[in-house]
Amino acid sequence: MRPRLGVGKPATRMSAGDGIEVEGLVREFKNGPRAVDGIDLTVEAGEIYGFLGPNGAGKSTTVLMLTTLLPPTAGTARVAGFDIVSQGPRVRSSIGAALQEAALDPLLTGAEHMRLQTALHGIPKAERTARGAELLERVGLAEAGDRKVGGYSGGMKRRLDLALALAHGPSILFLDEPTTGLDIQSRTALWDEVSRLAAEEGVTVFLTTQYLEEADALAGRVGIIDHGQIVAEGTPAELKAEIGRPTVEAVPREPGERERLAAVLERFGERTGGSPGGAAALLEGGESQLAEVVRALDGEGIAIETLQLHAPSLDDVFLAKTGHSLEGSGGAGAEPVGSA
Amino acid sequence: MSGALRTQVGQLAHRSVLRTLRQPAQIVPALVFPLFLLAVNSGGLKDATSLPGFPTDSYLTFALAVPFMQGALFSVMNAGTDLARDIETGFLNRLALTPLRGAALLSGLLAGAVVLGLVQAVTYLTVGLIAGAELVTGVGGALVIVALAVSITVGFGSIGLFAALRTGSGEAVQSLFPVFFVFLFISAMALPLELLQTQWFHDVAAANPVTYLLEAFRSLLFEGWDAGALALGFGIAAVILLVGMLAAGSALKTRLVRT
Repeated sequence: MRPRLGVGKPATRMSAGDGIEVEGLVREFKNGPRAVDGIDLTVEAGEIYGFLGPNGAGKSTTVLMLTTLLPPTAGTARVAGFDIVSQGPRVRSSIGAALQEAALDPLLTGAEHMRLQTALHGIPKAERTARGAELLERVGLAEAGDRKVGGYSGGMKRRLDLALALAHGPSILFLDEPTTGLDIQSRTALWDEVSRLAAEEGVTVFLTTQYLEEADALAGRVGIIDHGQIVAEGTPAELKAEIGRPTVEAVPREPGERERLAAVLERFGERTGGSPGGAAALLEGGESQLAEVVRALDGEGIAIETLQLHAPSLDDVFLAKTGHSLEGSGGAGAEPVGSA
Repeated sequence: MSGALRTQVGQLAHRSVLRTLRQPAQIVPALVFPLFLLAVNSGGLKDATSLPGFPTDSYLTFALAVPFMQGALFSVMNAGTDLARDIETGFLNRLALTPLRGAALLSGLLAGAVVLGLVQAVTYLTVGLIAGAELVTGVGGALVIVALAVSITVGFGSIGLFAALRTGSGEAVQSLFPVFFVFLFISAMALPLELLQTQWFHDVAAANPVTYLLEAFRSLLFEGWDAGALALGFGIAAVILLVGMLAAGSALKTRLVRT
């Protein structure tokens, strides 16, 4: 494990105190609905917890409360072992946060941002420049460090935001929709860095997202929030298993064979919507039935153009738990298993 | 002041100065607009000096006090707009997540206003003297003029900070500019208080603190050292700063609801 870049009161070890415990947390705004309506959750030290939900579900309000920037209306929460209401300064010294918008000053350079952040966190003057340079290097902004942030791309701003959140070596990192609006390359780079922080440095990560594939790829556990309430929680695999069965979808080489193909697939489970010209069915026996499907189609002499297995996605979970799809989600995507 | 607080104030002051220097659009209008009005007024109203009781033969010298006030009004807008932008972009939340103290934030943010006030005051005075204005108090008077101008700029800047923290909107802060400008027009800006014949205007100008700030500048330009006028001028600037900072401090507590 690489030593953490902490100074002042650095968390140099992973401990139970580096987690998050939330009980009955509520935030009510004046004349408005409950943005957060009594949520309970626990995030273990060193875990990446994905907080998944559509716009307006209460994700950012939860983050603002857990980072002490917004007092809760009711309920309690301990972050890094400290109460978010009565021990705000202790909480803040233990956490780093990259909030929804990359809050940067377009007139300052990346290096100037790092100097300001490290100084405000009380890092000794002699260490500030080196720490800033190291973090800029780590997020791939070493060469752009002397350029004004106004000229940075969205991905560069997000990476600088992450570097700033890490300036004082926090043990817990809050990332509020860190990849919204980023291209896939920038998104992947950020995912890699977040995974590395958790795996190699034991940083606990609380990540909000509206991208299903992000939660799927990064989070050890996922909490799904809708209308201020957590409607499901578990590992992505557990949640998908709760929903259940994968779908097999095939397109015949000869369009006239579509109905025969559908009849074969129906032997393995309930028929479901497929692509135009094809047919699909839910596999009652799970993924292991795929080989039987291939043999059955071969036995019937049906030539296949494409055959795909769709694993249950978090979108399916979201749909099942909330009754609606997640707006703007990219979906988990299909897993093509080849063509015949 | 503790070491941590000094560092915080210093860092935010450094940022504030950098921001000001990197925004020519903030500096140039604050320099050009008051000098343009000075040229127009000193040319158009120069015959006012023949009015009985007018305190100087040079209307340019009399009018030179006005740019210092106009420049200070720009600081309301600049300091406030910068802070409002920090609120709008979430930068204030970033600062709130550090151990930053409210006093450091407000003091640091005013540093940009100090620099702008200094540049403005030196420019107005230099241009005025080159154009032929008098300065009977000499180099010492010039230094006091600059100090008074910076004090007023900082005082008005604190009102800009209050407006930004109260509204969180750059547009709302900018809309204050014309309101403050009205205060300048209903003062002894164009004529000495004693020569304002319309009673209601005289009464309003007499109650307007801007009149006494102008008189403090004028005392140094063409009357000579006048401790009373200077004490009143610096006192009003101090009161504006005190009220502005108290109001801004209270608004900051409301704005930053961190636990």
